[in-house]
Amino acid sequence: MRAIDERIVYAIMFGLLLVAPTLIYPIFLMKVLCFALFAVAFNLLLGYVGLLSFGHAMFFGMAAYVAAHSIKVWGWPTEAGILAGAAVAALMGLIVGYIAIRRQGIYFAMVTLALAQMVFFFCVQAPFTRGEDGIQAVPRRPIFGMIDITDDVTFYYVVLAIFAAGFFLVHRVVHSPFGQVLKAIRENEPRAISLGYRADQYKLLAFVLSAGLSGVAGATKALVFQLASLTDVNWHMSGEVVLMTLVGGLGTILGPVVGAGIIVSMQNYLKGFGEWVLVIQGAVFVIAVLVFRRGVVGEIAECLKTRGAGGGSTAPHAGSGSSH
Amino acid sequence: MSVGSESVIETRALTKQFSGFKAVNNVDLKVRRGTIHALIGPNGAGKTTCFNLITKFLQPTSGQILFNGEDITRAAPADIARKGLVRSFQISATFPHLTVLENVRIALQRPLGTHFHFWRSEKSLDVLNDKVMALLDEVGLADRAEEHAVELSYGRKRALEIATTLALDPEMLLLDEPMAGMGAEDVARTAALIKKVSKNRTILMVEHNLSVVADLSDWITVLARGEMLAEGTYQEVSRNPEVIEAYMGTGGDSDPVGRATHA
Repeated sequence: MRAIDERIVYAIMFGLLLVAPTLIYPIFLMKVLCFALFAVAFNLLLGYVGLLSFGHAMFFGMAAYVAAHSIKVWGWPTEAGILAGAAVAALMGLIVGYIAIRRQGIYFAMVTLALAQMVFFFCVQAPFTRGEDGIQAVPRRPIFGMIDITDDVTFYYVVLAIFAAGFFLVHRVVHSPFGQVLKAIRENEPRAISLGYRADQYKLLAFVLSAGLSGVAGATKALVFQLASLTDVNWHMSGEVVLMTLVGGLGTILGPVVGAGIIVSMQNYLKGFGEWVLVIQGAVFVIAVLVFRRGVVGEIAECLKTRGAGGGSTAPHAGSGSSH
Repeated sequence: MSVGSESVIETRALTKQFSGFKAVNNVDLKVRRGTIHALIGPNGAGKTTCFNLITKFLQPTSGQILFNGEDITRAAPADIARKGLVRSFQISATFPHLTVLENVRIALQRPLGTHFHFWRSEKSLDVLNDKVMALLDEVGLADRAEEHAVELSYGRKRALEIATTLALDPEMLLLDEPMAGMGAEDVARTAALIKKVSKNRTILMVEHNLSVVADLSDWITVLARGEMLAEGTYQEVSRNPEVIEAYMGTGGDSDPVGRATHA
């Protein structure tokens, strides 16, 4: 039953996203989608493996640079630039993951943060990133040589397709044989090991998938704003994706999407408050942690679940592979 | 068969030192094939350390561990599980937010070879469900298959853990205090379950409940202060004055394990 409910929710979400550009400014929507994809990718690691990376901006930001540089300077086609960004991010994920997954908890977070800072200072120094200016005026060339994406509304639908592909990939990963092993490792790592699973290998693959998808999000964002800059590799960005995931709902597939929507909207619509936006963000975070510990989506799901269980006296939580 | 190959597990001068303190010192343990072998001793005797060394969750400082004559001293913990040496844990080791069915299926999943397939649907695992249900039936959990493991009682979690372990069809089981924290009813049920699954298998267990030890084990090794104090059947070790002293302090004249005679 839950699986059907889930499908209805997804259908509603994508239905709304399809009509959204008639009502809302498409650049803003694309920004939301890019961050939503980033948060979904990040949540694959935090929500389903239990690894808190504090350096995901390095994948997001570096992929943005790679895509922007390859498209603008080397004249690569748009899709090749995005793929190149994702590939570089995945490769970085392999290296960073290999170093970091030997550590647990806060140490894992510190290792990823330290490596992300190295990447940041590399980007500050390396000439191809153009330092403070960033790579500007990245051209939007037609996709597959035929879809003209200079128009924001058309490009919005391309970004929506990219987002949908990433979203359903993560959905599939979570509900795959590999996802089952991941959940087992998150739930009880020593037991998973005692059943013969080499936990580190599964964590590493999850890390690489998460990094690669973050790369897709970063590369796409570079095309949306036609800009790749230091903001994208800064540690603020790593913090923001943690915030989005926690506000939306950790370990739910939809949560990070909602969280990204909330945070990006706040940044956009509260621009008038200037620096105060950060204070408001902080307050929202504190409230989320204190009141909605499961995040917005997590709380709603829990609410529906308890209500459902109250109706039928012993209604079992049917549906293996629920969206934990 | 030679005597050597009769041991499934053999440790040679196994030693583990924690910053100057020898938790396990020169232990030569031999677990014979097809037996239930208990490792007992007072608190701090090094039982759990010894257990963690054999299951590779700790690396020994010196000494050797052989499994079916093969040196596994430097093997990784996941690898010895693949060789057929599967352990349980003191705190009931289930995957709490997976269903009972999924818990057992995780163990069956590895031989399928799709455990890295992130692009495949989990429905591809449903082929294992019949086998899972048969295993759950064996431990009396078939009607709870759809519940989350966290909702089970303590004794039932143990049963689930045993079903999960059996799914691997291991040659040898290592049980770390299988009765820890259980009520009398659960103890009896779990003891019966262990007896049942011990057929065609070798079991090494650490256990505090001496009546269970008396009841189940064919052979007992007593550890004290990290060293082997005595070995033998329950009758033999329970009369050993050194064992009595280790359990009771000096001058205990009562049967230290008197409870067991009522078991």
